[in-house]
Amino acid sequence: MKINERFYPLVATLAVLALLYGYGIFEHRAFSDTYVLGALLTDNAFLIITAVGMTFVILSGGIDLSVGSMIAFVGVLMAELVTGFGMHPVLAAVISIIVGSAFGAVMGVLIAKFDIQPFIITLAGMFFLRGMCFLINLDSVPIDHSFVSEFSGFKIPLPGRGWLTASAVLMILTVIGGIIIAHYTRFGRNVYAIGGDRQSAELLGTPVHATIIRVYALSGFFSALSGVVFAFYTASAYPLAAVGVELDAIAAVVIGGTLLTGGMGFVIGTFFGGIIMGVIQTLIAFDGSLNSWWTKIMIGALLFGFIVLQRLITRSFSGMRAGAS
Amino acid sequence: MAQATQPQQTGKTVLSVRGAGKFFPGVKALQDVDFDLHEGEIHALLGENGAGKSTLIKVITGVHPRDAGSVTLNGEEIHPNHPGDAQALGISTVFQEVNLIPTLSVAENLMLERQTRKFGLIAWKKTDEDAKAALEILGLDIDIHRPLGSYSVAIQQLVAIARAVALDARVLILDEPTASLDAEEIKSLFRIMRDLKAKGLGIVFVTHFLDQVYAVTDRITVLRNGELVGTFVTKELEQIDLINHMLGHELAEVSAHRHQDEGNYTGPKREIQVKNLGKKRVLEPVSLDLQAGEIVGLAGLLGSGRTELSELIFGTQRADSGLVFMDGEPVMLRSPRHAIRAGFGLCPEDRKQDGIVAELSVRENIMLALQGRKGWLRPIPRAEQQQLADKMIKALGIATPDSEKPVGQLSGGNQQKVILARWLVSKPLLLILDEPTRGIDVGAHADIIKLIKELCDEGLALLVASSELDEIVAFADRVAVMRDREKVSELTGAEITQENIIEAIAR
Repeated sequence: MKINERFYPLVATLAVLALLYGYGIFEHRAFSDTYVLGALLTDNAFLIITAVGMTFVILSGGIDLSVGSMIAFVGVLMAELVTGFGMHPVLAAVISIIVGSAFGAVMGVLIAKFDIQPFIITLAGMFFLRGMCFLINLDSVPIDHSFVSEFSGFKIPLPGRGWLTASAVLMILTVIGGIIIAHYTRFGRNVYAIGGDRQSAELLGTPVHATIIRVYALSGFFSALSGVVFAFYTASAYPLAAVGVELDAIAAVVIGGTLLTGGMGFVIGTFFGGIIMGVIQTLIAFDGSLNSWWTKIMIGALLFGFIVLQRLITRSFSGMRAGAS
Repeated sequence: MAQATQPQQTGKTVLSVRGAGKFFPGVKALQDVDFDLHEGEIHALLGENGAGKSTLIKVITGVHPRDAGSVTLNGEEIHPNHPGDAQALGISTVFQEVNLIPTLSVAENLMLERQTRKFGLIAWKKTDEDAKAALEILGLDIDIHRPLGSYSVAIQQLVAIARAVALDARVLILDEPTASLDAEEIKSLFRIMRDLKAKGLGIVFVTHFLDQVYAVTDRITVLRNGELVGTFVTKELEQIDLINHMLGHELAEVSAHRHQDEGNYTGPKREIQVKNLGKKRVLEPVSLDLQAGEIVGLAGLLGSGRTELSELIFGTQRADSGLVFMDGEPVMLRSPRHAIRAGFGLCPEDRKQDGIVAELSVRENIMLALQGRKGWLRPIPRAEQQQLADKMIKALGIATPDSEKPVGQLSGGNQQKVILARWLVSKPLLLILDEPTRGIDVGAHADIIKLIKELCDEGLALLVASSELDEIVAFADRVAVMRDREKVSELTGAEITQENIIEAIAR
């Protein structure tokens, strides 16, 4: 039987991951150790959590540039709530996530109701949130609380020398949650439908506006959650943190096989996409002789490849339609 | 053919439209139209472009609110606000363009927003079973997990029908479903339509292929210019009469034939020869001669190749055979730009889409072709533009307060005049008019016809494609008749009558 066309990009993603990981193990014995895996999951946790939210946005045919600023904003807000108001970090995290989701929802309303390009609205959101960081705090501040040190001390040992941190566990739960939302709820399927063909989705009875608003609220939720994880992980807040993370998240989504034009892709692909970016970084660190900018070069090359692959797949689809009409 | 169409005269009326009216600014899209659909019948809805077919469907399905009349479903008046409402009431529509999601699987397209859920999560097993069941109604056996876009348009259309029918539909509206299907696919579509009809569904079938109408329908309703011509039993209506209903005016109120008073043009003799111009799968090679001071009519049904011939001559589509000669010299027609440089002009059928630039002013719209011909490096001075625009507004009687009003705010007839003015200032040799009077009210209609005649006297060669036969008969010196993407006949002088044209189309 023929493999379903929808899985082609995911298969390509897995092939790239296997190739890179295999190369790492072949070149460096230590690469096969679970220590590397544990570090990969931890170091890329906040990126992957953000990218899960970004997956929904891109699936719906949109883009969210505000997520990097959101991470920094949430960090600064939490630092203020914990050290300034003496709030418990968990409560501060919940408040931050609610604020982040609400901000996402507001951007969603502007995008859906006024039919404005998501690029522009979320660009505005990006500047707005980054500016808000400085309004609250100008410098890097530590988040001092016993809970935060407990969070960073939490470890689940893996076979071998590695372990799973709290960030990694949260990230894995987020990915599972994302998969359930994407594939087992009507909202999730409607996101795919709108990204596939918005006009048709409307005629098929999909609540387009409500879905788009929820997509950006969800992206706000995930990026705020990512901000919480980032703040706990670094135990500090810095207004200039996570600059450019929105672009890393988009790259993870695309390398994970989600169509940039929307409608096709998998949350699990985004997970692999994020891991691939981490593996590239680790490989270059292991090598030692290469400068870190090679990470960017490799990721750029991979993006070129995946975007061309996507084009070929969409063309085979639209070709069917155009050829016959 | 006939055995397929047992008349179902006893069928209960399921959908009834009375006195439906829909008016857009300057256009009566639909006026006082009655339409009845019985249970278990296939009812053809016919008419040329702009006859009101789509408007009627949009009024029934709630895309447009109706301005007059009533729509009743099973005896109850309905007021759907959008197609979703109509669908919930039992009126499903399948459009020519497949309105499904190509990137989603077949099953998901069938079940979108209807998935079975357990504890708020989609139960995929049950949902897939439902999808399979929906396809079984049509006898369609395909892998429901593959993306819809990987299947042919025919299958996609059937999936759309399956979705429409799965929703307890009592009325199924098929809007040009066969436009992109091949002969085999059309056959299986017809088989499915007959099955659904046997199950008691009322089917409205919009098409412009007359042989299909006779193959599958029980009754025919013909619209023209937004008005009802009549409803007929298919078996009792000869094809030639049907064409007559679609194109001709029964009342021959035709004014003086132009070909009786021709010869007003006395300038130099210039001629344009179209030799074997054609394009694979678009138009069979056509030859046609046009002379300065002559009006050639282009007659034929919708889809007969009228518009295609205009587009090939103007270079909108590139011909793959044949040439156009001007005074014996071949002309390069690779794009509209070349055609305009050569002295051709085209007033397109879809005025809003292809003709006017709605946001630009009357003056700017008028200057487009002339400026395009000169090239953007040599701008026309503002004073000269103003002078030309004012002259044209006066000469053509364009009703606008001043030359700076955006064209989009004018009525259809005045927009058409602006497009005519655009070509006139660039002094073309050949002007192609595709449906010049479509959607224009009666007063402006007469103006445009008068203008066409005057232009001709000034030495233009005119090629006018129209579905209004009385119009063609009234002004054409010669008529080329098109059928099935081919020129089938050419009539001159006294031969030009509505009867002869209809006969040439039906033959």
